[in-house]
Amino acid sequence: MKIDFEHLQSAHCENGVTTNLLRNIGVSQITEPLAFGIGAGLFFAYIPLLKINNGPAIAFRTLPGLIFKRTCKSLGITVIRKKFSSREEAQMALDATLEAGQPAGCQVGVYYLPYFPKEYRFHFNAHNIVVFGKEGDQYLVSDPVMENTTTLSSYELERVRFAIGALAPKGQLYYPLRGNMVTDAQIAIAIEKGIKKNIRNMIGIPGPIAGVNGIRFTGKRIKKWRDNLGLHKAGLYLAQLVRMQEEIGTGGGGFRYIYAAFLQEAFAYQPKEELVKISASFTQAGDLWRTAAVQAAGIYKGRIGSQEDFNVMGDYLLEIAEMEKQAFTALSKIKWS
Amino acid sequence: MKKEDVPQDLSSLGRITKEVCYATDESGKYVKELSRGWDIKITALDAAWDDIGIRMAAAKEKVLSGKASPLLFFMERALMDTAILAGYTGFWKWQIKRHLKPGVFEKLGDKKLQRYAAVFNVSIGNLKSMNVNED
Repeated sequence: MKIDFEHLQSAHCENGVTTNLLRNIGVSQITEPLAFGIGAGLFFAYIPLLKINNGPAIAFRTLPGLIFKRTCKSLGITVIRKKFSSREEAQMALDATLEAGQPAGCQVGVYYLPYFPKEYRFHFNAHNIVVFGKEGDQYLVSDPVMENTTTLSSYELERVRFAIGALAPKGQLYYPLRGNMVTDAQIAIAIEKGIKKNIRNMIGIPGPIAGVNGIRFTGKRIKKWRDNLGLHKAGLYLAQLVRMQEEIGTGGGGFRYIYAAFLQEAFAYQPKEELVKISASFTQAGDLWRTAAVQAAGIYKGRIGSQEDFNVMGDYLLEIAEMEKQAFTALSKIKWS
Repeated sequence: MKKEDVPQDLSSLGRITKEVCYATDESGKYVKELSRGWDIKITALDAAWDDIGIRMAAAKEKVLSGKASPLLFFMERALMDTAILAGYTGFWKWQIKRHLKPGVFEKLGDKKLQRYAAVFNVSIGNLKSMNVNED
C-alpha cells in the first residue's frame, strides 16, 4: 500500500520531515525555512566535558525533536508520538498507522542505514525519515535529505529504529493530527513566537556554553587547543567543528543561511522592514562561518598550523559571536503589533 | 553565500544524492540550490576516518602484543564504545570489559563469539584472526 505523499527534499532532516508531514495534512504554507524558524531551530552550544566520536560536542541547532514539537504547537496542531520497548509492537504500530492512511515520522540511527555511504555512517541516532507505505516486505521511505524516495526492508527499518547509543530512538514514531485549516494569521503569530524563543536561546541563556556566549567561549578555547591538545588532535577537533557546521543537514554556514531565508519568508507574513535587513546579517554570519571553515581546513590538512593560525581561527568565532549578538538584539527590538 | 558560489566538489555522498543548500540569487532572495559536495568538508570527513585508521592500527598492535583481545580492534573499526557494544550484543558492559582481556577472550565459547561476530559482521574465524576485507 502506498499513501499519497509528496517528497520535498530539504537541507535538514527534521525540518524536512516536519514540512512534508504538515503539507500532507493540508498546511500548504509551510516551507523548510518557516518550519526551522517557527521551531526556533538556530542554536549554538559547546559542552566541553562531553565527547562525541572522540571529539568536541558542538551543536549549531536546537535539540533533536524540538523543531517538530514547537512548530506543531505554535500552529495549534496536535502531535501523536509513541516510543516502544518491543520491536514487534513498534512494527505493528507503524503498520497500523500506514493502514490508516497516515504517513509516519520515524527517528532512526544512521549507523546501519544502508542507503547512506559508509563514510557518513556514524552512531548518530537523531536522523528523521517518513515512512509512507509498504509493498511486500519493503517500506517506502522519504528521507528528506535525499533527492529521491527509497525503500528499507522490515529488518533494515527495525534495525535503524532500534539503534543503540546516545539519543537511542526506541522505535519512536510521530505524526501531526489533521485539524482545522491553518490560517496566514496563525503563521504570522507563530513566526513572532519562534523568533522570540530563538532570541532567548541565543542571547538570553546565562552561562558561557550556550548561544552567542558559547560561540565566544569556543573561539577562546580554540586558541588554546594547539598547546593543550597538540597539533594533530587540535586539527581533528577543528575537523569535527566543520562537520557539525557544514555537513549534510545544515544547509551551509551552520544553519545560518536557513535562518536568513526564514527571516525573508517571514516578511511576507509580518511586513517589518527590519526582518529583511537582519536577514542580511545572518547571511553575513553564515559567510564568516564558512571563511572560518576554510581556515580550519588549512590546519587539519596540515597546510598551516602555527599558534597565529589558531588565533586567527579563534578570532573568527569571536567576530561571529558579536555579529550574531547584534542580529538577535536587533530582532529583539522589533515592535510586533 | 551567492547561488553561483555553492561548491560542486564531488563527495562520496554526491555520487548518491545532491544536497540542498540555501543561497541568494541576483536580487538577494534566498533560493534552494543543490550541491555535490564541498572540498572543505570532504577533507574534514577524511581527517576523521584517517584518525579511525590510526586507532585501528594501534588496537591491532595491542592485540598482537597480547595486551588486548581482538574485540578492541573491532570496536575501533565499528566506532563502538563498551556501552554501544553492550546494547547491540546484549552483554553487560562489565562482561565486555572482561572479554577485552586476551586470556578471557580465548576461552569464550562459539555461542558468545557469534554474538560479537554478528554485530561486527564477520565470521568467528575472522573475529579471532582480525582478518577483514576493507570494502
